[in-house]
Amino acid sequence: MTTLMPSPTFGAGADGGPLLAVENLTVQFPTADGLVQAVSDLSYTVEQGKTLGIVGESGSGKSVSSMAVLGLHDAHSARIAGSIKVAGEEIVGADERTMRRLRGNTVAMIFQDALAALHPFKRIGKQLGEAYRVHHPDATKREARRRAIQMLDRVGIPQPDSRVDDFPHQFSGGMRQRAMIAMGLVNDPALLIADEPTTALDVTVQAQILDLLQDLQREFNSGIILITHDLGVVAEVADDVLVMYGGRGVEYGPCREILVHPQMPYTWGLLSSVPDVHADPNARMIPIPGNPPSLLDPPGGCPFHPRCAHVHKVPGDLCRTALPDLAPGPRGGGHLKRCHLVDPEQIYQAEVLPEIAPDLSEPGGEQ
Amino acid sequence: MFTFLVKRLVSGFVIVVIVSLAVFTLFFYGPKSPALELCRRDTNNRCGPTSPKLKLYEERLGYNNPMLSEYGKWAKGVAVGRTITIGATAYKCPAPCLGISYRDRTLVSDQLKDKFPVTLSLAVGASVLYLVIGVGTGVVAARRRGSKTDKLLVSSTLVFSSIPYYLVALLSMLTLTISSDIFPKVEYHSFLHNPLKWATGLLLVWLVLGIYGSTSYTRYARGSMIESLSEDYVRTARAKGLSNRAVVVGHALRSALVPVATIFGLDFAFLIGGTVFTEKIFQLEGIGKWGLDATYIKDLPVVQATSLVLAVAVVGANILVDILYSFLDPRVRLS
Repeated sequence: MTTLMPSPTFGAGADGGPLLAVENLTVQFPTADGLVQAVSDLSYTVEQGKTLGIVGESGSGKSVSSMAVLGLHDAHSARIAGSIKVAGEEIVGADERTMRRLRGNTVAMIFQDALAALHPFKRIGKQLGEAYRVHHPDATKREARRRAIQMLDRVGIPQPDSRVDDFPHQFSGGMRQRAMIAMGLVNDPALLIADEPTTALDVTVQAQILDLLQDLQREFNSGIILITHDLGVVAEVADDVLVMYGGRGVEYGPCREILVHPQMPYTWGLLSSVPDVHADPNARMIPIPGNPPSLLDPPGGCPFHPRCAHVHKVPGDLCRTALPDLAPGPRGGGHLKRCHLVDPEQIYQAEVLPEIAPDLSEPGGEQ
Repeated sequence: MFTFLVKRLVSGFVIVVIVSLAVFTLFFYGPKSPALELCRRDTNNRCGPTSPKLKLYEERLGYNNPMLSEYGKWAKGVAVGRTITIGATAYKCPAPCLGISYRDRTLVSDQLKDKFPVTLSLAVGASVLYLVIGVGTGVVAARRRGSKTDKLLVSSTLVFSSIPYYLVALLSMLTLTISSDIFPKVEYHSFLHNPLKWATGLLLVWLVLGIYGSTSYTRYARGSMIESLSEDYVRTARAKGLSNRAVVVGHALRSALVPVATIFGLDFAFLIGGTVFTEKIFQLEGIGKWGLDATYIKDLPVVQATSLVLAVAVVGANILVDILYSFLDPRVRLS
């Protein structure tokens, strides 16, 4: 299946750099009401064959930052600063031709809600074939169709050679998402961005889709960015996790490290909001009070301080006046956190964990 | 599909019958006798609303009989043809017989054969411009939404369409063909005889009618296009790496055209039904002018024929649009 030559832009490893390096990315939208600061000073990297989970509430800048990687923001309505390097190639400010060569080819995107994201009037096979032919101009229609059938088969669509002629509305929700994934992978992309690929699906189908993504990743050795608000999904598939809040990265590190030793109160809040069927029935789900901050007029200091229960533990009103850096925490190991708390680990173990997972917080219960 | 078609054809037939019955009723129970015109012509204008001659003519034309039996005769004539006797003269009227004009005692169906191609030519030319100019400017405006181009296009369509149509038509005829010869003289030539003359003779009319009518298409296509440009599947198309043109035309316009097709079908039907102002001002002998002139003199068979054309066109266009819809949007199932 992967007999196609990797495209020449696929230079990851050649210079030893990561597949995707985002540095100090800022995305702003000027509007009639003022400047919307959708993403501020965001940095992360994705290595080949690895999965980065980006987690956060709606409006935290997850999708906006990923769409910037594809250059999908309208140049008139968005101001983009910073650097995005795909396989060493800078794409902030790159011309439309360069972007078109990358889109769907080196970097592909899978959108949430496949019913809306697939064209309702075009046959599935035609939409897949179109994605293939735009980057393989020499391919005939027949070859594109064969490729579409092959991809549908690969993502587990039954009877692909007849379903290829169906319209999206004739597919079930899970099949549509599979077709969407097939379309994303049709050109063997080096980087796949999956924007909440399982949000609209029921849990059994969710699990199948996640398994499929992992299988395909092993097969194609692609890097994956998985955008989600579901920490359960992240726990299952991510190698690294970036937690975003108010357009900024607030905690970043290896997946296990972040989930077991979270050091930022916002991440604690997210963990407290996850229901767990295996958990002790005494475990409580604690929602984060308040609403995500306005991106038009972000709060001063730490963007999370209006909702944070631990502000009083930081001396000198620091949370309201100074934006903490995204800096290595006390545990090291590439675990970055944006918080003024001096010993978050101690607070988490002593105050948060007993509430949300009593079984884990007992002495020696930590896994 | 087949049952859909049968159902729609039956209901369409009922509508056409109701329209023709309504026209009959108007003439039978209207304040002015439809027999007056024929009576006047035969008596050198010595036939008034009270003269005994008029009674004779009303009797001869069947206006003393019950309306429904006269309607029955007319309907039978449409289906199988009939012989019409007015006084001592008998006229053979083969199917589809639409009666005999009271003005010149010729067969209405023969006249219709002369008038229909004129109106059809106008309608085809104008509606092509509706789509080309209207949808074209609408797409340009939608793609540059909020820009100066957009504002200029939208406000100019508003200004243009707020001028009365007959004024636009009259002024353009006066300035462009009579006081100057920028455009060739407006006249109708059969397309089958001389396509070039056909086109040059109607060029100005097409432009006037087409540009004036296209203004609503600009606004409609713009709205529809803005909506489809913000759809998720357009973003998907862009994310595939397709060219701007392929995204806008192949993906966004493809779906934006569906609602436009609906109003286009009806507009085309109304053009077929007769472009009254246009034909009157440019002196083109089409259905619209024919029907208007016939209304003045209560020429029932001609008025009946012109309303029949409009009713059939509207009903037919509606059925065609529904069928077209199911091809444009695969989610639509006809039933």
